[in-house]
Amino acid sequence: MTIAVLLKQVPDTTARITVSGGRVDEAAVGKWSMSPYDEYALEYALQLKESGGGDLVAITCGPARASKILTDAAAVGADSLVHIVSDDSGIDSSNIQSLLASAVRRTGAEVVLCGKQAADTNAGSTGPGVASILDFTCVGMVSEVSVEGDGFVAMRTSPSGNEKVSVSKPCLFAFDKATTEMRRPNVRGIMMAKKKAVETWTPEDLGVTIDSPRVSLESHSAPAEKPPGQKFEGAESVPTVVSKLRDEANVI
Amino acid sequence: MEVTIIAETTGDALHPVTAQLVGAACSMGGAPTVICPGGIGTSEASTISGVTKVISAEGECFGTFDSGAWADALSPLCEGVVMTSSSAHGREVLAQIAAIRNIPIIQDATGLENGIRVTRPIYSGKAIETSVVSPPCAITVRQNAFESPGSDGNAGISTVNNSSNIGVAVKEALAKASERLDVAEADIIISGGRGMGDPSNFSHLYEIADIVGAAVGASRAAVDTWDEIPHGMQVGQTGKTVNPSLYIAVGISGAIQHLAGMRSSKYIVAINKDADAPIFGVADYGIVSTWEDALPPLKEEFAKL
Ligand SMILES: Cc1cc2nc3c(=O)[nH]c(=O)nc-3n(C[C@H](O)[C@H](O)[C@H](O)COP(=O)(O)OP(=O)(O)OC[C@H]3O[C@@H](n4cnc5c(N)ncnc54)[C@H](O)[C@@H]3O)c2cc1C
Ligand SMILES: Nc1ncnc2c1ncn2[C@@H]1O[C@H](COP(=O)(O)O)[C@@H](O)[C@H]1O
Repeated sequence: MTIAVLLKQVPDTTARITVSGGRVDEAAVGKWSMSPYDEYALEYALQLKESGGGDLVAITCGPARASKILTDAAAVGADSLVHIVSDDSGIDSSNIQSLLASAVRRTGAEVVLCGKQAADTNAGSTGPGVASILDFTCVGMVSEVSVEGDGFVAMRTSPSGNEKVSVSKPCLFAFDKATTEMRRPNVRGIMMAKKKAVETWTPEDLGVTIDSPRVSLESHSAPAEKPPGQKFEGAESVPTVVSKLRDEANVI
Repeated sequence: MEVTIIAETTGDALHPVTAQLVGAACSMGGAPTVICPGGIGTSEASTISGVTKVISAEGECFGTFDSGAWADALSPLCEGVVMTSSSAHGREVLAQIAAIRNIPIIQDATGLENGIRVTRPIYSGKAIETSVVSPPCAITVRQNAFESPGSDGNAGISTVNNSSNIGVAVKEALAKASERLDVAEADIIISGGRGMGDPSNFSHLYEIADIVGAAVGASRAAVDTWDEIPHGMQVGQTGKTVNPSLYIAVGISGAIQHLAGMRSSKYIVAINKDADAPIFGVADYGIVSTWEDALPPLKEEFAKL
C-alpha cells in the first residue's frame, strides 16, 4: 500500500505577518513551518505505514524553500519525497488541486492524508478537491485513523459529537487536531533525512497546464485596528463592566 | 444574478446561518434558490425574505454525511454563485462541488460586494484578503458576518430525488460529552485558560454560561493539560474560530494562536491577574483581577439582568 501525505509550508504560527504595497510581505516572515494540521496528518500516515506496511510519500507544492518540510518528514520516517516546484504565489486553489491530484496518481497511492486547512489560506478546499478529482472517498475533520481489514476506520467530529466511520480504499482523510502529537525526530532520522533525495516534478512532468487564476487578488491588508479598550483594576470594577456591556455595547 | 444556497441544518431544523446566507446573497444583488439537503427545513426556508425558490433535495445519501456523495447529488442542482456556510461540512461539500463543476472557490467570506468582491481573513486573521471573482463560482460564508433578512417570504417548494453512492459508513456515533452549546454556535462565549488552576474550577464558568445562555470555551493549554476539558472546546488557530457578540476570556494569556481564533469577536472582556497579559491588547473591557475575585460578582451581576 502506498500512502501519500500532502504537506504545506506556511509561516510559523508565531510569525508576524506584515503587509506592504497591498501584499503580504513573504520576505519578512521570520520562520516557516509545516502547517499545524499537516503534522497530525503526517503522524497518522506514519502509524498507517507501521501497522499496514507500505511506502509513505510526502508531497508538497511550493517554492524552493518548501523542500525543508519534506526533509523534516523524512526525519520522522517518510520514505520518498516529492516537491512540485511552483514559484507562483498567485497560483489558485484549483491549480494546486490539479497538481497534487496528478502527483498522487503518479505515486499510485490509494490513501491520502492532509490537513483540514492550511494556516495561510485557512481555506480547506484542497483535500476535498483532490479527493473529488481522483474520485476518492473524502473524510474530513478526522482526529484518528487506523487500518482495519482492507480499509480504514477513522474518528471524525460532527456537530452532534464524534463519529467512528469505516471507509474502503481509495480514500482521503483531512485532519483536524488529533489526539497524538507528531513524533519528534531522533538524531539518526535527521542524519538519514539529509541524504534522502527529493524528487522535483514540474507541472509539465505531471501533464498539468496552469490556468490563469479565476480568482483575482485585489489586495491584502492589515486587519482593522480596534480602538484601545478600557482597563479596570480589581474585581470591584465588575459591576461597571457589566453595565457597560449592557448600555454601551448592547451585547447582553 | 443567480445564486444557489445549500442550506445548513442542525438536527431537523435550519441553522440560523442559512438565513444569513440569504442576506449575504441579496446584499450583492442575488436572487437565491435554497436547496435543503435531505428535505430538512424546507418550509422555514420558503419564508426567508428574498428567497425565490426552495428545492427539497431528497435521497438516501443525505442520511449520512459523505461530502463526496452529497456533492454528486447536489451539484447538478447548482447554478450561478453557489454558497454554503463556512462550517466544516459546508467547506467540504462546496469544495467538491467546485471541483466537479470546475468553478473557482473562495472559503470563509466575511464581506461581499457587487462585482463580486470578496473579503476574508487569511493567516488566521493576521491579514485580510480582498479578491474579485465572477459567476459561476463557489463561496462559503462565515457565520454571524451577515444580517439575516426578515421572514415574510413565500417561495414555492419543489422536490428533487437524487442520490449517490455512499462511501463513508458510520459505525458508531458517540454523543457529545454534554448537551451544552458548542462554541461555534454561541453568541456569547466564556472561555477559561490555564489560569483557572484546576479543571474543576470550570464549574464557575458553566454556572455563568447557564445564566446568560453562553457556551464555554478553553485555551489549548487548558485542553492539553486537563483531560476533563475536551478538544471541542478549544478556541484558536488549531481549535475553533469563533465570531460571537461577546467573548469573555478568563485566565487566558492571549497567545497569538488563541487570538487567531477569537479576535474578530464583536466585544471582548478579559479577566486576568497579570496587568501586562497580551489578552488586554485586544480586550474592549479588561479587568485586572484573579478569577477567584471577579467571577462571583460577575455571576451576581449577570443574574440581575
Ligand atoms: C502550532 C500551535 C498551535 C496552537 N494553537 C492554539 C489554539 O488553537 N488555541 C490556544 O488557545 N492556544 C494555541 N496554542 C498555544 C498557545 O501558544 C498558548 O500556549 C496557549 O494559548 C496558552 O494558554 P493559556 O493562556 O490558557 O495559558 P498561559 O499562557 O499559561 O496563561 C495563563 C494566564 O492565566 C493568568 N492567571 C493565572 N492565574 C490566574 C488567576 N487566578 N486569575 C486570573 N488569571 C490568572 C496568567 O496571568 C496568564 O496570563 C498553539 C501553539 C502552537 C505552537
Ligand atoms: N501547496 C500545497 N502543497 C502540499 N499540500 C497542500 C498545499 N496546499 C494545500 N495542501 C494540503 O491541503 C490542506 C488544506 O489546504 P487549504 O485548502 O489551502 O486550506 C493543507 O493542510 C495541506 O495538507
